[in-house]
Amino acid sequence: MREVAIVAFAQSDHRPDTSDVSEVEMLMPVLRRVLDDVGLTAGEIGFTCSGSSDYLAGRAFSFTMALDGVGAWPPISESHVEMDGAWALHEAWTKLLTGEADTALVYSYGKSSPGDLREVLTRQLDPYYLAPLWPDSVSLAALQAQALIDAGETDERALAGVAHRSRTAAEANPHAQLSGSAAPGPLLDTPYLVRPLRRHDCPPIGDGAAAVVLAAGDTARGLCPRPAWIRGIDHRVEPHALGVRELTRSPSTRLAAERAGAFDAPVDTAELHAPFTSQEVLLRRELRLGADVRVNPSGGALAANPMMAAGLIRLGEAAAAIHRGGSDRALAHATSGPCLQQNLVAVLEGEPS
Amino acid sequence: MTPAPSSSEALRAPLVVEFPFTRSLGPVQSDFLTGLRERTVLGVRTTDGRVLVPPVEYDPVTAAELRDLVEVAPTGTVTTWAWNPSPSRGQPLDTPFAWVLVRLDGADTALLHALDAPGPEAVRTGMRVRIRWAERRTGAITDIACFTPDGDAAAPAAGPAPHSGEFTEPVRGIVAPARLDYTYAPGRAQTRFLAALAGRRTVGERCPSCRKVYVPPRGACPTCGVATAEQVEVGPHGTVTTFCIVNIKAKNLDIEVPYVYAHIALDGAGLALHGRIAGIPYDQVRMGLRVTPVWTEDGRYPDHYRPTGEPDADYDTYKELL
Ligand SMILES: [Zn+2]
Repeated sequence: MREVAIVAFAQSDHRPDTSDVSEVEMLMPVLRRVLDDVGLTAGEIGFTCSGSSDYLAGRAFSFTMALDGVGAWPPISESHVEMDGAWALHEAWTKLLTGEADTALVYSYGKSSPGDLREVLTRQLDPYYLAPLWPDSVSLAALQAQALIDAGETDERALAGVAHRSRTAAEANPHAQLSGSAAPGPLLDTPYLVRPLRRHDCPPIGDGAAAVVLAAGDTARGLCPRPAWIRGIDHRVEPHALGVRELTRSPSTRLAAERAGAFDAPVDTAELHAPFTSQEVLLRRELRLGADVRVNPSGGALAANPMMAAGLIRLGEAAAAIHRGGSDRALAHATSGPCLQQNLVAVLEGEPS
Repeated sequence: MTPAPSSSEALRAPLVVEFPFTRSLGPVQSDFLTGLRERTVLGVRTTDGRVLVPPVEYDPVTAAELRDLVEVAPTGTVTTWAWNPSPSRGQPLDTPFAWVLVRLDGADTALLHALDAPGPEAVRTGMRVRIRWAERRTGAITDIACFTPDGDAAAPAAGPAPHSGEFTEPVRGIVAPARLDYTYAPGRAQTRFLAALAGRRTVGERCPSCRKVYVPPRGACPTCGVATAEQVEVGPHGTVTTFCIVNIKAKNLDIEVPYVYAHIALDGAGLALHGRIAGIPYDQVRMGLRVTPVWTEDGRYPDHYRPTGEPDADYDTYKELL
């Protein structure tokens, strides 16, 4: 099988409101940086794959406007997923494995600011039994958090600890939308948003974009001093009915991790896409992450959660840690849907220097 | 080159996306939703004997087709909950309530709905609840108005009873209205374009790489993948590159048919925009016709384009813009 690596990663500064720029205007500087990093032009890329959602913009085929930013005319080899960019990366990885391309540009972006995100996300739910009730995204996460508390897996103080650790780590992340945190004790004095979740348990709502470049074999070695080789990547989904699922478990994450080879050797770093504090508790257990693993040194989705990009950013952050020699074997996780509905796990490695 | 407006000048406008989704139901969904209309809750039995409520058409584990219906109780147990202090549009209750997953008596899975309770201290996992039916029921999940606390009532001893799923006038589909409110912001390039248009000037943007002038500009050159920033006023005259004759009267449009809709390359523009041609009989419009915009008094964009009287443009001057 061909070896494929992430050779470059760039992201925007994530902001609560970017109404001064269009989607393509927000995206273009990120594309420019990621391509400059490997010294390629858009025209030299073998395959381009993007992730975004029309429901965020409120306009059909909104991704076609963003395509202007990659120079898609005359037509290039290109694809789009109406999902987080992590799944676009999976498609691009598959494309490189076929040998049809040696390089791929993967990007994704989301502007939550034009709409009411908690309301918009209800439209991804089962249209017969759930969507007519308009259950918002924070409330669904709160149901899962309460189930974890009832099961004795965590408590509100531990969740505040996750928030505090993540946002403190984000102080070193110049792209973070939210960084710095009060200590867990004072956090517990704040009111509930949707009990048992408080505001600090929830991700910031904002706009942002991210991009990575993938390359195969010697092309990757030529573009990057220390490529982040994708040793395994897999994604799995839970039954779509919330009431069928055991909300305190994530069998799909466990299975994806097994298939990606996450348990074959210990990882030193993990970037988890856990928009809510309670979800990190669950993911740590399913991914068997010990206390010695650096979890979300970027601050994770609690520091910046641009829809459709936050999962790709986990892969990008894990790869960037390998590029700069800060990690030798890292796990990256991305999620989509309510209560960790769908999960992707990738294992990245750098070669010994 | 005009200076770019600062971000505070960026345009924004309300955008409402609203449509009714008409969805057909599978046989199991049809029986379940018709049952709700009749105050009967049906579940479906899976291959391994579990009872799913709400029921699905296919087994979540084996993917086998499921048709074995049973009736479960209108009472159940809360398996998890979340207190929603500020209900939003469309949610089951407009006063603070608890979202709950409820395992109805006789079911092995839980159903999401709202619980009408005085406050979070009145809610706990494991509490007993009962369905409150909506007064007007149509065969939808909202036929359950919500759940209410059911005190210390014990679960019924009897298990789920087989049910034929047969009702008179079964529900075969649902109409699910959806409305989302947005604030649309077109970004820098389109804001500059619209601001110039308000002064009856058409301003495109030039690609720094291939020099093509985009009208209207979208902020990037789709060929080079770079940002456009240099503003270039184009027109006002232009050339019809191609056209069609419209014979169907559009709803809410006060224009007599037939009329001509054309692609128009404004002088200096690198691609054609489109507009209506008037001031000339429809059957005399032709490729190469020279036109200029006509503005109505309060129009924010040209109402239509009329012939200038200049000689027709040579085909070679606009063939790249077709
Ligand atoms: Zn160009």
